[in-house]
Amino acid sequence: MSAAVSILPAPQLAALNDAYRKAVARRRLRTMLVVVACFAALFVAALGAEVNVRTFVEKIGNFGSYFDRIFTLEAGTRVWTDVNEWFWGWKKWLSLLGETVLISYVGTLIGAVLAFGLNFLAAENTAPSAPLRFAVRRFMEFCRTVPDIVFALIFVIAFGLGPMAGVLAIAIHCVGALGKLYGEIVENIDMKPVEGIRSTGAGWIDCMRFAVLPQVAAGFASYTLLRFEINVRGASVMGFVGAGGIGQELVVAVRKFYYSDVSAILLMIIVTVFIIDIATGWLRGRLFGKEARS
Amino acid sequence: MSRQPDINTQELRGRYPDVFNRPMASRAGAPTILVAALALFIFGLNELDFSPARMWNGLRELGWITMMMIPPNPGSSLPAYLQAMGETLSIALLGTTLAAAFALPASLLAARNVIPSAWLRFPVRRFLDSIRGVDTLIWALVWINVVGLGPFAGVLAIAISDFGAFGKLFSEAIEAADRKQVEGIRASGGSALHEIRFGLMPQVLPVIAGQVLYFIESNTRSATIIGIVGAGGIGLQLAEQIRVLEWQKVSFLFLMILVAVAAIDWISSRLRFAIIGRRAVA
Repeated sequence: MSAAVSILPAPQLAALNDAYRKAVARRRLRTMLVVVACFAALFVAALGAEVNVRTFVEKIGNFGSYFDRIFTLEAGTRVWTDVNEWFWGWKKWLSLLGETVLISYVGTLIGAVLAFGLNFLAAENTAPSAPLRFAVRRFMEFCRTVPDIVFALIFVIAFGLGPMAGVLAIAIHCVGALGKLYGEIVENIDMKPVEGIRSTGAGWIDCMRFAVLPQVAAGFASYTLLRFEINVRGASVMGFVGAGGIGQELVVAVRKFYYSDVSAILLMIIVTVFIIDIATGWLRGRLFGKEARS
Repeated sequence: MSRQPDINTQELRGRYPDVFNRPMASRAGAPTILVAALALFIFGLNELDFSPARMWNGLRELGWITMMMIPPNPGSSLPAYLQAMGETLSIALLGTTLAAAFALPASLLAARNVIPSAWLRFPVRRFLDSIRGVDTLIWALVWINVVGLGPFAGVLAIAISDFGAFGKLFSEAIEAADRKQVEGIRASGGSALHEIRFGLMPQVLPVIAGQVLYFIESNTRSATIIGIVGAGGIGLQLAEQIRVLEWQKVSFLFLMILVAVAAIDWISSRLRFAIIGRRAVA
């Protein structure tokens, strides 16, 4: 069996082939230009970042050997041969990890409550006045753009060393991040219930409470849990600047070359983050699952 | 005269028992959670040394610091700051690109539709997860030990922590790709590599490009902080000026960071729209 393939006469075909080749050449040229531009940007960036391939090649061995060293006890044996020695400070580290999670929890809660209060003022469809919305939005943008650890640096000076600075830094960053996400949920709601409540003569607060809140509560809870999870990671490094949590212990271990401590603390952080990940994932699944059923 | 029909509440209660007589467990659920959350919150405040006096003093101090910040003034270090800003942008760009370049092959290994065997996929996924579990700042500390202080350590720190994130995101993008193209390539006699190159890549590259651009944007923020541990960029200057209490310089640096982040935001959202179209940008 043969399929009929129509073959155009040679002159027509030549013209078409020519046009095709030209089109392909033009596309290739464009791609080449983009690639060249990218490489030029990367090259400039490499100069700016003092990239030195030779140092890298010379020192890359250190990266491997660093991991080799952090998994070696002072006695010269592998860490897992003597778990007691490896996790010698587990009581202190565990309580610091607890503190880290607590910092994240308290910070997230404060941030979530503030963001909850502010987001109705920032969302397009519920904001009572345009200038107020503008101001609230700019404020949240500021909170979000400055990284939490920078806030922590300043708060350590204002509030003194300790977890309080970490909590407040996380809370402020959280206001910005959650406020934006909350506002986006509120902007996507169905406005009919709001009109219904308003038509009964209710004020702004009643409208928010009885028309908006029931629609957004599950979404808010889900984002808050996600943020909590992110903040646990954030809180684990707050100690780098003296704002409490396990970070202090880690930075001391790294700087003083207590190799096996580094791996022990890192492992504990990773496991904690995993557990929190899984727990919040499970909780969020349940929350959204409930939402889908009703 | 119209009049509301008598509502027999008794009958209604009988008819809808699950509305009127909710079991105690479900009625107490929400308040219990609230009370527990509040209790943990108060316990936390107590545990973390919060006190009204400290709060008040701190806020007063903070107000004072804010006053000291005005007006922003770089003093004579403007050129150094501009250079540091350039360094930060370089770190973000280079780190993200490196991460993307290495994450692409790794993400193929972690995608269900490329590697059907769970035994091969599982270790790659856990490996990516553990990389993501460690914060960028911690990676910066490790790299400083390896290549020394400076922006290069920052590049490597961003590259490795993004490698974990990209690996996950890319593999999700690959798993979401349509199988038909891949099957088409296989049907016409293509090898496994051909399937990936001509069946998968055209579908996932725009998504991946969008994600890379987004990460360049968010890494501009991360790159500002890795300087705090000594890995170069504007964070180094910022941390130094905060430690020596030069508040006018600090506020100037803040402004610089805000402007730079806004500019990168604007450029990358433009590029993203150009690459994947307005609708696809979530």
